[in-house]
Amino acid sequence: MGDWMTVTDPGLSAESKNISQYTSETKMSPSSLYSQQVLCSSIPLSKNVHSFFSAFCTEENIEQSISYLDQELTTFGFPSLYEESKGKEARRELNIVAVLNCMNELLVLQRKNLLAQENVETQNLKLGSDMDHLQNCYAKLKEQLETSRREMIGLQERDRQLQCKNRNLLQLLKNEKDEVQKLQNIIASRATQYNHDMKRKEREYNKLKERLHQLVMNKKDKKIAMDVLNYVGRADGKRGSWRTGKTEARNEDEMYKVLLNDYEYRQKQILLENAELKKVLQQMKKEMISLLSPKKQKPREKADDGTGTVISDVEDDAGELSRESMWDLSCETVREQLTNSIRKQWRILKNHVEKLDNQVSKVHLEGFNDEDVISRQDHEQETEKLELEIQQCKEMIKTQQQLLQQQLATACDDDTTSLLRDCYLLEEKERLKEEWSLFKEQKKNFERERRSFTEAAIRLGLERKAFEEERASWLKQQFLNMTAFDHQNSENMKLFSAFSGNSDQDNLTIHSRPRPKKPHSASNWSPVCTSKLTKSLPASPSTSDFCQTRSCVSEHSSSSVLNINPEETKPNQVGRECINQTWSVASRPTSQEGCYSGCSLTYTNSHVEKDDLP
Amino acid sequence: MNFSELFRLSGLLSRFSPDGKYLASCVQYRLVVRDVNTLQILQLYTCLDQIQHIEWSADSLFILCAMFRRGLVQVWSLEQPEWHCKIDEGSAGLVASCWSPDGRHILNTTEFHLRITVWSLCTKSVSYIKYPKACQQGVAFTRDGRYVALAERRDCRDCVSIFVCSDWQLLRHFDTDTQDLAGIEWAPNGCVLAVWDTCLEYKILLYSLDGRLLSSYTAYEWSLGIKSVAWSPSSQFLAIGSYDGKVRILNHVTWTVITEFEHPATVNNPKIIVYKEAEKSQKLGPGRLPRPLAPAETKYEIASGPVPLQTLKPVADRANPKIGVGLLAFSPDNYFLATRNDNVPNAVWVWDVQKLRLFVVLEQLSPVRAFQWDPQQPRLAICTGGGKVYLWSPVGCVSVQVPAEGDFQVLSLCWHLSGDSIILLSKDHFCLCYLETEEGNSPASGQRLQLRA
Repeated sequence: MGDWMTVTDPGLSAESKNISQYTSETKMSPSSLYSQQVLCSSIPLSKNVHSFFSAFCTEENIEQSISYLDQELTTFGFPSLYEESKGKEARRELNIVAVLNCMNELLVLQRKNLLAQENVETQNLKLGSDMDHLQNCYAKLKEQLETSRREMIGLQERDRQLQCKNRNLLQLLKNEKDEVQKLQNIIASRATQYNHDMKRKEREYNKLKERLHQLVMNKKDKKIAMDVLNYVGRADGKRGSWRTGKTEARNEDEMYKVLLNDYEYRQKQILLENAELKKVLQQMKKEMISLLSPKKQKPREKADDGTGTVISDVEDDAGELSRESMWDLSCETVREQLTNSIRKQWRILKNHVEKLDNQVSKVHLEGFNDEDVISRQDHEQETEKLELEIQQCKEMIKTQQQLLQQQLATACDDDTTSLLRDCYLLEEKERLKEEWSLFKEQKKNFERERRSFTEAAIRLGLERKAFEEERASWLKQQFLNMTAFDHQNSENMKLFSAFSGNSDQDNLTIHSRPRPKKPHSASNWSPVCTSKLTKSLPASPSTSDFCQTRSCVSEHSSSSVLNINPEETKPNQVGRECINQTWSVASRPTSQEGCYSGCSLTYTNSHVEKDDLP
Repeated sequence: MNFSELFRLSGLLSRFSPDGKYLASCVQYRLVVRDVNTLQILQLYTCLDQIQHIEWSADSLFILCAMFRRGLVQVWSLEQPEWHCKIDEGSAGLVASCWSPDGRHILNTTEFHLRITVWSLCTKSVSYIKYPKACQQGVAFTRDGRYVALAERRDCRDCVSIFVCSDWQLLRHFDTDTQDLAGIEWAPNGCVLAVWDTCLEYKILLYSLDGRLLSSYTAYEWSLGIKSVAWSPSSQFLAIGSYDGKVRILNHVTWTVITEFEHPATVNNPKIIVYKEAEKSQKLGPGRLPRPLAPAETKYEIASGPVPLQTLKPVADRANPKIGVGLLAFSPDNYFLATRNDNVPNAVWVWDVQKLRLFVVLEQLSPVRAFQWDPQQPRLAICTGGGKVYLWSPVGCVSVQVPAEGDFQVLSLCWHLSGDSIILLSKDHFCLCYLETEEGNSPASGQRLQLRA
């Protein structure tokens, strides 16, 4: 034990050692304390740990250090670093295994501690942020509280002000009311004052009047007089009567007579009105009874209504009716009966109508779907029927139209009568008529064009014949002169061959040649004019003058000519061919213009042309 | 529509005789009687002074001419031109003169309403009625001419006396419960007398011929009251126009209000037709030069939507303010009632009495002076003090320029009994306006009616 004592504590007494043991965790030696601090501190500092340990344990105090460590470890519950000594005297050996185990355990512990520390740190952080958040929230709520408190104060203030105002207004109202009262009082007092004054004034006035009356009237004013030539008779021819009690009584009588007459007249009118009303009432009653009685049979048979008794009354009344209608008197009993029965019947009718309403609503609610299905079928049938009808109607209209057209085609003269007969289709007819006339005109045009083409063809034939003759004569001449001009002849022969071929290409080449001769005339035509010409051309394909100008301007007007009208393009093209053909003899005066004098007229509408043209 | 030539006139005094045969007119101190059809002068009477009032006797035999300034009344006979009668009221003076319904008595009111003198043309007798009340409408004859009601004032109390016209005997005398009676009017059947109070109080009382109070009616208090009263020709309705711009209609059975007709400044009901008079834009034909002084022709346009009417702001601090219903007239067939609200002076309101609702509103370009119903059919003639006369009927309305050179301002008009013609009165001329009858004998030089339905 003493050895152990020495080993454990070299310089300190047992008591102090105990104390140190107790306080080892907190105080211990300065180095161990430091080591703890190091443990707590961050890892990078661990490099120095070694040096500290070395400082803690030196060559000399290995034993002490070990024993110290052993002690410390055992206090912490680790197994002893020393081997279990067999003998008490023998020095205890250091158990390396135990040391290593201890080390390992310490390391594990250390790691665990580190982990725990980490956890704690993160938790701490979390809690810190939570704390911050809560603090923020708190601040915010505080602010809100503050503002709402302020608001409340403001509102309270306003409320107070309003109440104040209200009080003021009430006061004002009261004042005004007082004022009104006062003014009314004033008015009333003024009125009484005014009336009083008036009366006073009037009295004075009356006095004055009286006085004036006396002065003016009683002075035997000579001036007040009537100057009349002769008195005239009374309007009624009677003489004036003396005023006596009798006349007075008569006047009274008459007055009452007048009044009586008036009352009688009024009574008569009222009676009439009453009779009318009664009649209406009776009729209403009759109709009500007739309306109600047959329907009421069934419920009566069922006899589950409360109206059974009333119905019997109705029947009774119905029986009474004949009697009542015979009395045409305004007797009170009759009146009562009548009104009562009417009332009763009215009640029945009302009940009935209400019941019907209920039934209807019930039926609506219950059997809505069934009805819907049925009605849909009905609807379909109905629509089919209607469609059929529409079809029929359409056919009818079509046939009518056909008939109408036939009529129009057959009898133009009967138009007026048919129009009169059928004014319903008047517009249609009018339109058809217009179209008809248009067609007619078009037909005329076409015919005219055809005629002109045939004429042109005839002329062409004639001209060709003449040309042939000319050519023949010319050939003859050439033939005769052939020997004289040998070289030229060959050229002419070429030309001749070209002519004899009579191809379109050659014709064109010839046409193109005279073109530059007439640029002035072409340029002189204003565009409007040319268009007019081009429009009029189809009708006058063979007038030479036009043809010339036409060929000159054809290039910039051909497009417009072409799209004037599809019907027109054909004759136009034909005409152009015609022009091309006739061009070669254009120089010759062809005087058929007389027929086409009207062609120079400007046609606004190509369809409508003058009828007097051939 | 045809117009006669213009005749001279003074004091707006031109009247048809009750039988419709003659036309009397005054030019200064001359009285001219013409035949209505030919307009030829039948008689010419000369009075002592400028005539201020004329009246035909009921039988069309006599005409009285009153010269108030001299206190004189002259009576002329149509049958006997040499017959003459002159009544001199002397120093008592004269303020009003009228015939009794029998045409043989003349009632003269002296100055200051001291008395009414009843002069007879048949006998020498003269009757006096004392204490007549100086009011707007103090004497009223029944339509049959049997009775006359007279408003009186005795001991600062209003009362009414009813006399029998045949012998001027007092039939009834009763006090009326009025502050200051303003007018009396018999119902056309002669059995009910309407008595109304001054405009300071709304009160109308209905008395039977025998003096019993049948009913009294007060619409409101503390405000200006009744302005005009009119009986319907059937005596069935009593229309009361008041300062609040309403017409109240009482029935003859219970004497309670059946309906109130308001006269708002804007006609909101789209069903109501509002005819607005508008100036025609003058066409300037190539051959016609515009006459610079010619009055613009006008026509009626049908306004739609809420139609605001021209209103007048009344002067509040003056007496007799221009507010309230001041003119009221039933058509002779009882179907229509024409009214004018004085603060909407340009408009005439025509009410359907059968349906008790507004029927038509006519808005003129200038304030309505007068209107009168055709005695034969529902046709209303209106004048506004301009050169035009306006006619309304349920079919439509028309504005006609009176073809007169110079300034002819129609200030008043009066229908002939037959409804064929109207006298149009201006300040110093009058003319007759003939209306085309429905048979359509259109005169050559007549201006055609342009009816706008």
